[in-house]
Amino acid sequence: MAKKTDKKLSGWDFSPSPEGTSHIALKDKYDLFIDGKWVKPSSGKYFDSINPSNEEKISSVAHANQADVDKAVKAARKAYNGAWGKMSGKERGKYIYRIARMMQEKARELAVIETLDGGKPIRESRDIDIPLACNHFFYYAGWADKLDYAFPNRKVESLGVAGQIIPWNFPLLMAAWKIAPALAAGNTVVLKPAESTSLTALKLAEIIEESGLPAGVVNIVTGFGDTGAAIVNHPDVDKVAFTGSTDVGKIIQKAISGTDKKATLELGGKSANIILEDAPIDQAVEGIVNGIFFNQGHVCCAGSRLFVQESVAEVVINKLKQRLDSLYVGNPLDKNTDIGAINSKEQLQTIKKYIKIGQEEGAEMYQSPCSIPTKGYFCPPTLFTNVAQSSVIVQEEIFGPVLTIQTFRTVDEVIQKANNTPFGLAAGVWTDKGSRIFNLTTKLRAGVVWANTYNKFDPTSPFGGYKESGFGREGGLHGLEAYVKLS
Amino acid sequence: MAAFLLSFSYVFLSLILLKMPMSKLKPFSSDFDPLRHESPSVDKVGVEERVARIQTRSIKNESKIQGLKMVLNMIDLTTLEGKDTPGKVKQMCYKAMHLHDAHPGLPTTAAVCVYPSMVSVAKEAVKGSDVKIASVSTAFPSGQAPMSVKLDDTRFAVDCGADEIDMVISRGKFLSGEYQFVFDEIAAIKEACGKARLKVILETGELVTLDNVRKASDIAIHAGADFIKTSTGKVQPAATMQVTYTMLMAIKDHFDRTGVMIGMKPAGGISTAKAALHYLVMVKETLGDAWLSNEWFRFGASSLANDVLMQIIKMETGVYQSSDYFSID
Repeated sequence: MAKKTDKKLSGWDFSPSPEGTSHIALKDKYDLFIDGKWVKPSSGKYFDSINPSNEEKISSVAHANQADVDKAVKAARKAYNGAWGKMSGKERGKYIYRIARMMQEKARELAVIETLDGGKPIRESRDIDIPLACNHFFYYAGWADKLDYAFPNRKVESLGVAGQIIPWNFPLLMAAWKIAPALAAGNTVVLKPAESTSLTALKLAEIIEESGLPAGVVNIVTGFGDTGAAIVNHPDVDKVAFTGSTDVGKIIQKAISGTDKKATLELGGKSANIILEDAPIDQAVEGIVNGIFFNQGHVCCAGSRLFVQESVAEVVINKLKQRLDSLYVGNPLDKNTDIGAINSKEQLQTIKKYIKIGQEEGAEMYQSPCSIPTKGYFCPPTLFTNVAQSSVIVQEEIFGPVLTIQTFRTVDEVIQKANNTPFGLAAGVWTDKGSRIFNLTTKLRAGVVWANTYNKFDPTSPFGGYKESGFGREGGLHGLEAYVKLS
Repeated sequence: MAAFLLSFSYVFLSLILLKMPMSKLKPFSSDFDPLRHESPSVDKVGVEERVARIQTRSIKNESKIQGLKMVLNMIDLTTLEGKDTPGKVKQMCYKAMHLHDAHPGLPTTAAVCVYPSMVSVAKEAVKGSDVKIASVSTAFPSGQAPMSVKLDDTRFAVDCGADEIDMVISRGKFLSGEYQFVFDEIAAIKEACGKARLKVILETGELVTLDNVRKASDIAIHAGADFIKTSTGKVQPAATMQVTYTMLMAIKDHFDRTGVMIGMKPAGGISTAKAALHYLVMVKETLGDAWLSNEWFRFGASSLANDVLMQIIKMETGVYQSSDYFSID
């Protein structure tokens, strides 16, 4: 009557669970979005957008040259002097809200395209990138008719035409960070997405076209560095907003010196993540993982320099290694993937170069023993211990899933070490003690300091850097201020 | 006078010693002792975030069927009511061995969980199967009884043939800081268990904070628990993923420290297949595959089995069946 179970059940793996791609609409070829119309590039040149997880071509994208950029800036100026400039804040707000809602409606499609084009895991594009991008539009839509309350007792005027250049790590989110406050303040926009990730910006252009936003208010010109340079150097651009590398940031600042162009630059980082001995260790380990392996480490504020107090260093490193082993690296479209593909071949080479430097410098390397797809650009999560402030891999931004781990003895020592860098974008502090948090947050020279968390973003919260990490703030009221003239 | 001063200073000194704060930073070293050392702090927000991320895992196809069968095989099918009778217990035992005979190839549950007075009935009913007998004890669920009663309660259950004892800790003593009392009680019950495996119920719903849950877990493990268990099922909230995660990390730290495995049993409030799979994902990603068997992981549940069965049938036939097709013993 009673039965025996002979088979012992143990060992369990997740079956593949890829997000479907049948619902997305992508064209074979994308033109430039100028003056509310799709126009062919004057050079007739197009370049390929590649899926970094399988090296297959997804679509062709127009390469805009100086003539195209000039056309776009002229269209933006015409819109600024015309319908958009004359429109009330209340009406502008309605358009921005409409764009936000339409993005939400297409969230799933945008998430899949973001993942196909950029290599980030669908979990992140679905749960973080796209919702945050929508929220930026929602947030700034609310300010459009309240500028007088945002800056009380000041006269608030828009700037004019904003030239915006964004990076490839958060393509749609960066577009939202740039476009939403510019429109809310009454400016018009010429935006250039990064060459490896143009597609969601072009999908956003489709949404903007469908929303009925007056022609020329938002222009999207795709291309390479020369396209960006044409925007920065265009005499009729009133404001330059750039997110990207510190090297390019320096070029931009030189280019606009002597002009009256306003600028905000959000550049590189080498942010410190500090684990004090009384920290909630298991949650801190999660914070370290989120800090450096979020988006394959392609995050300007990535917590790439880990500082652990010596008394807990061994246990933290041990736990970190074990946690690394449980991360899934692979197909970015799989819902269970934690770490997706490196954005481009060039970036993978850069990361590999730094890994090699780290080994040559005598640092001890640990990589999770995960299996990595044979095709596509992938890099296993990597830890380096036995490094010092003077190591190259500690000093330079790697922009990949590579973490350096240093130990420290006292709080004063870690403050000095954390600040001992040309960058100053972000920092993280992990401790159970409130007083320590306040002590560190006031002394760390970084634009954002997170306490007992890392890589948390919100449209209401300003973001930006110290020193070579740039200047100006994006997000919140500070972000709005960068797009207005106050008197 | 001098003698008086001397004795005074002696008393004073010993008072200082008693009042000394627990020494810090020992939670991960091999000489960790939760009675002398602070347990690691737990950040609730961080735990919630981790749990939320675990819940985004997508379990499909083959891994879902395998997971669901594993869940069935990890259930302690439970009846703990004042109105329990031999009749009710026998019927539940039959269900434990024959979850859904219409569908061959299903496992049995891991155990049935009953009051001590029902142990002999249950033992007889499951004879010849793999199903174990778990008995609650120590004046379950409140634990508000003298030590002698708790020991008798435990010995009675073991003598009647219980394979596993689910004891409750003295939460009142724990909350008033009498950790030594809690420790001694668990150690004494462990001794009384003999060969039976001891599950220690923390009743996390009464401990409230995750820091308390972690401390109680450390004490229970240190005192000899074979399993730590969240709840009696009589207090709300019962098992939550946050609490279970905190306990799993205590088990993990103990394993990293000593190489000794401790089992985990969330109990109460887990009634859907989906929730149960999330728990398995959590075990897999914290402790690893070694814990994914009923030797080391259990669900204390009464209504979970039928939802899991319904999902398995849905997976294999493509259609949901009405709950009337699944027996409710």
